[in-house]
Amino acid sequence: MSVLVFVDTVDGKVKKSSLEAVYYGKKTAELVGGECVALAFNGSDLESLGNVGASKVLNVADEKLKQFDPSVYTEAIKQAANSVGAKVVVFVQDSTGKSLAARLSAKSKAGLVSGATTLPTVDGGFKVKKNVFSGKAWAEYEIHTDEKVISIMANSLQVEKSDATAPVEGLSLDLGGVNASLTVKEVSKAAAGGAAPLPEAELVVSAGRGLKGPENWGMVEEMAEILGATTACSRPVADSDWRPHHEHVGQTGVAIRPNLYIAIGISGAIQHLAGVNQSKVIVVINKDPEAPFFKAADYGIVGDAFEVVPKLNEAFRKFKESNG
Amino acid sequence: MKILVCISKVPDTTSKIAFTDGNTKFDETNVQFIVNPYDEWYALVRALEITEQGGGSVTVVNVGPAANEPTIRKALAIGAHEAVRIDGEPGEAFYVATQIAEYAKDKGFDVILTGKETINFNGAEVGGMIAGLLDLPYISLASDLQVNGSTATLKRVIEGGYEMVEVNGPFVASAQKGMAEARIPNMRGIMAARTKPLNVVPAVPVDTLTSVKVFGTPPPKSDVKYIDAENPGQLVELLHTEAKVI
Ligand SMILES: Cc1cc2nc3c(=O)[nH]c(=O)nc-3n(C[C@H](O)[C@H](O)[C@H](O)COP(=O)(O)OP(=O)(O)OC[C@H]3O[C@@H](n4cnc5c(N)ncnc54)[C@H](O)[C@@H]3O)c2cc1C
Repeated sequence: MSVLVFVDTVDGKVKKSSLEAVYYGKKTAELVGGECVALAFNGSDLESLGNVGASKVLNVADEKLKQFDPSVYTEAIKQAANSVGAKVVVFVQDSTGKSLAARLSAKSKAGLVSGATTLPTVDGGFKVKKNVFSGKAWAEYEIHTDEKVISIMANSLQVEKSDATAPVEGLSLDLGGVNASLTVKEVSKAAAGGAAPLPEAELVVSAGRGLKGPENWGMVEEMAEILGATTACSRPVADSDWRPHHEHVGQTGVAIRPNLYIAIGISGAIQHLAGVNQSKVIVVINKDPEAPFFKAADYGIVGDAFEVVPKLNEAFRKFKESNG
Repeated sequence: MKILVCISKVPDTTSKIAFTDGNTKFDETNVQFIVNPYDEWYALVRALEITEQGGGSVTVVNVGPAANEPTIRKALAIGAHEAVRIDGEPGEAFYVATQIAEYAKDKGFDVILTGKETINFNGAEVGGMIAGLLDLPYISLASDLQVNGSTATLKRVIEGGYEMVEVNGPFVASAQKGMAEARIPNMRGIMAARTKPLNVVPAVPVDTLTSVKVFGTPPPKSDVKYIDAENPGQLVELLHTEAKVI
């Protein structure tokens, strides 16, 4: 018996949100019994997954898994889950997990909770909570099937690391029977080594129409750089092509739950809040004291962004210099 | 091109979210229901554009009770050619997906579209499940869909960028912003919707894999703490010592 965690990699390197998923797998294994096994495709440097609780890592090196094809990936995960007798399979609810978890659930008739925000509880049934109604409520689900699939929201758990390492074993699968279902023609991604992508970023600096035009984003990027944060924006900003679409957060954009969300010149419309209201701490900078966003904020500064932000950047810089 | 668009009935985005029956049911009192925005604005409208350009038909399918029919008629008013209601209680995504897969399996649809998720359960599950049940390719989070003969090209939004994907033959995709622009039904559409076919088919039995035990709402946010605009250093201090996020 075990908990299998699918570990997503970018250029062979493990994504940060997958570390959280492994830790979630470890904690779940403590509840249901058995070990936490991490599964990667064509990965490298996987021993360190022991730090976050994997007792072993299975790495499948296979040409067929070079491009992201949900049909082939799901078949491979299903075979791996069978080979270790997995009772629970864990994903991250991102663009990868959203392509795989539901497919695996349907193929295996294993109950799925997607977007889980808490660890399971096992007294009187296997139950997991998730957010519903765009963060305005939560629901506790019971999974009735023996095999289960959970896809977790990034930044739901505080990960505790140890210095354990995990043995990495090669796993060969029989993928001969599954044909490629699509062809990935092009992948365009911000260069590796930059800030963590949404939605896994812990610190997010976001700005809206209050900044008047794309030429004024220098101070926003500067704040993000000082903090090591990721930039985001409101919908009209992406719609006007002031910023790229993948930065758009909210109901129609990406839903995020960072530790810190700084909103500059964003009014806080309900559709914007739907994507950011799960942030642990929200800072709002807006010149209008009546802006609805202040009702959802932990800290607020009423003032002109063009005056406040440069001063705040100065203060962040000083803080970083003295705190490393 | 024969396109099936899966539509869900959801509470309007501005609805008050409350629960009844010991917090086990969504409280529908005074709630206005709409077609799930991603299903309507992106999946349905793109399907209509494709058939307007290249011919074919758009069928919308909803799994739910008769009370859903006014919502289904809205999709017909926007332009869908026909509608199917599968007469069941949509308790979980697997139930919905199984009904739709069962219905669609021998109808020869070229494309099956869903929205990227519903705005009530935010699961992003139904599309992937249908694809799994029918063994079709699945492209989630598509912000663009171009069809050229039997080949389709989709743009998929991924973390920090996008992916261009090509697929041959029938497939399932979930649609998000970018794929189309929302349409507002006009009077003619609304009139026509009344006489368009809305076929009701019985549901098949399905095992229950998951169920909601209880709902709740998060505790109200404590009051915002204001910081003097002249002294943003105080914010940095609070973020470090009080909120402990930097
Ligand atoms: C169905 C639907 C879905 C939507 N989905 C989303 C979504 O996913 N994400 C999203 O963001 N929006 C979404 N919207 C749009 C949303 O309703 C708002 O229109 C949008 O969030 C407003 O963006 P904004 O706050 O940047 O701009 P505005 O509402 O124009 O607000 C600008 C703010 O900047 C402030 N400001 C102006 N100048 C300054 C200054 N010098 N210094 C400081 N503050 C200043 C103003 O006081 C104001 O509060 C959606 C809308 C609909 C109808």
